[in-house]
Amino acid sequence: MAPVPIADDLFTWPDDEPRLIGGRCAECGTHVFPLRAGCARCGAAAVERALLSRSGTLWTWTSQGFPPKAPFRGEFAGTDPFEPWLVGVIELPGQLRVESLITGCTQDELEFGMPMRLVTMPFRTDEDGQEIITFAFSPEGADHA
Amino acid sequence: MPDVAIIGVGIHRFGRFPGKPALAMGAEAARDALADAGLTWADMQFAVGGSYEVDQPDAVVAELGLTGVQFTNVYNGCATAGSALALASQTIKLGQHEIGLVLGMDKHESGAFTADPQEYGCPPWYGEMGLFLTTKFFGMKINRYMHDHGITHQTLAEVAAKNYRNGELNPNAHRRKPLTPEQILGSRMVNYPLTQYMFCSPNEGAAALVVCSADVAHRYTDKPIYLRSVVTRTRRFGAFEVHTPSASVAADHVPAPTVDAARAAFEAAGVDPADVQIAQLQDTDAGAEVIHMAEVGLCADGEQNKLIASGATAPGGSLPINTDGGLIANGEPVGASGLRQVRELVLQMRGQAGDRQVAGEPRVGLAQLYGAPGVAAVSILST
Ligand SMILES: [Zn+2]
Repeated sequence: MAPVPIADDLFTWPDDEPRLIGGRCAECGTHVFPLRAGCARCGAAAVERALLSRSGTLWTWTSQGFPPKAPFRGEFAGTDPFEPWLVGVIELPGQLRVESLITGCTQDELEFGMPMRLVTMPFRTDEDGQEIITFAFSPEGADHA
Repeated sequence: MPDVAIIGVGIHRFGRFPGKPALAMGAEAARDALADAGLTWADMQFAVGGSYEVDQPDAVVAELGLTGVQFTNVYNGCATAGSALALASQTIKLGQHEIGLVLGMDKHESGAFTADPQEYGCPPWYGEMGLFLTTKFFGMKINRYMHDHGITHQTLAEVAAKNYRNGELNPNAHRRKPLTPEQILGSRMVNYPLTQYMFCSPNEGAAALVVCSADVAHRYTDKPIYLRSVVTRTRRFGAFEVHTPSASVAADHVPAPTVDAARAAFEAAGVDPADVQIAQLQDTDAGAEVIHMAEVGLCADGEQNKLIASGATAPGGSLPINTDGGLIANGEPVGASGLRQVRELVLQMRGQAGDRQVAGEPRVGLAQLYGAPGVAAVSILST
């Protein structure tokens, strides 16, 4: 079975160069993510589907040092001993700052403003053995698994 | 002449009380506040109750007495106490009632707050991916703030150490063991750069205030403390906030809701940030106290390193902050947290704070709350 995304209409898939699926307000041009009916800026219910930029820069980040409670379901938290992972905010120029998991690097390699790009990564395997993937950002040029 | 006075303050200690319902703690805090005011429950013409976990805080009447009083329940996230106080203030200003009780109580499970992301306007995948977490937001916000304004790890540790020292002097605090900056920096990394001992934890407790029309306050006390203003605000377009899968880059330098609430509160109170002599700020974590110092207007961005290193925000300093130990030493029962802050301001401004009394009986005080998904409240008090 081919892996499936964690949610419909979240990122383009299958795609060698995945993009996040957001929206753009037909009234004021503002980008939104995730795709929703109303515009966060002007309130118009005129948001049209739009693919976001695949590349951006690291605006901020932190480490995740404990396994989150439900509704968290990521299998990458199941290691023993627990291994922290990285999360951050990626600025997509002229569009949005997006919260995301960060993969393909260690904490020591992170620098504010470094170029990042959208990738997919394994998330969990469901009860039927279906592999589920999600999106993450990785340093530009990093060899993510 | 201010409109509203605070004439009684009460608390049920914050901490862990297995088997004790939140409503029982609420009743004790209410009785404590009524006794402080020299009044009884039957004297209350209205009441406002705030809680996250208790559906109907007004059920406390079973314990206090079924007087038929108007009792309104409010919930507004971490700003619940601000909204409860605002409602009480409006009730008095409108002339509907002259005297009433504001009560907050909660009893949370241990560990970081969680909920259904969809209840906060976030998609299910945001929670499944582990992004629906307040602690990681605070880590990301202070990490960026440190990068922009040169705040040091040592400053974060000194803030937490100060709040534990203040908690040691507060018999109602949850954590009363002082910790050194080295112990704080060396504790488990929760969300970089924030370590375990830099965070507050959700816990249990209650707090209460008796408020009345300023016109009649001297009937009850020689030393009323006046509520000069209380303002709540939500996030604006572009602000970087808790539980936000994305924010716009089209609105850079958008003020946080605390900035908006503070500006409006100062304007309504007719006082200047420079007039503030004591403050209780939302220290969900040590970084939040640092950021909120600037957001409410008590210092410029980046000045915090110097202010904290010099002891300015310690009880003996020029601008004492979180004199009862703040959220870091007291924990956060959401419905009660902001009323604890106001109680501490009142005690300090009356000169009744005991071992932790700051010098010079401050005349102007500020309390600030902030929480998910981007809501803030600021109250300003004066003698
Ligand atoms: Zn729009």
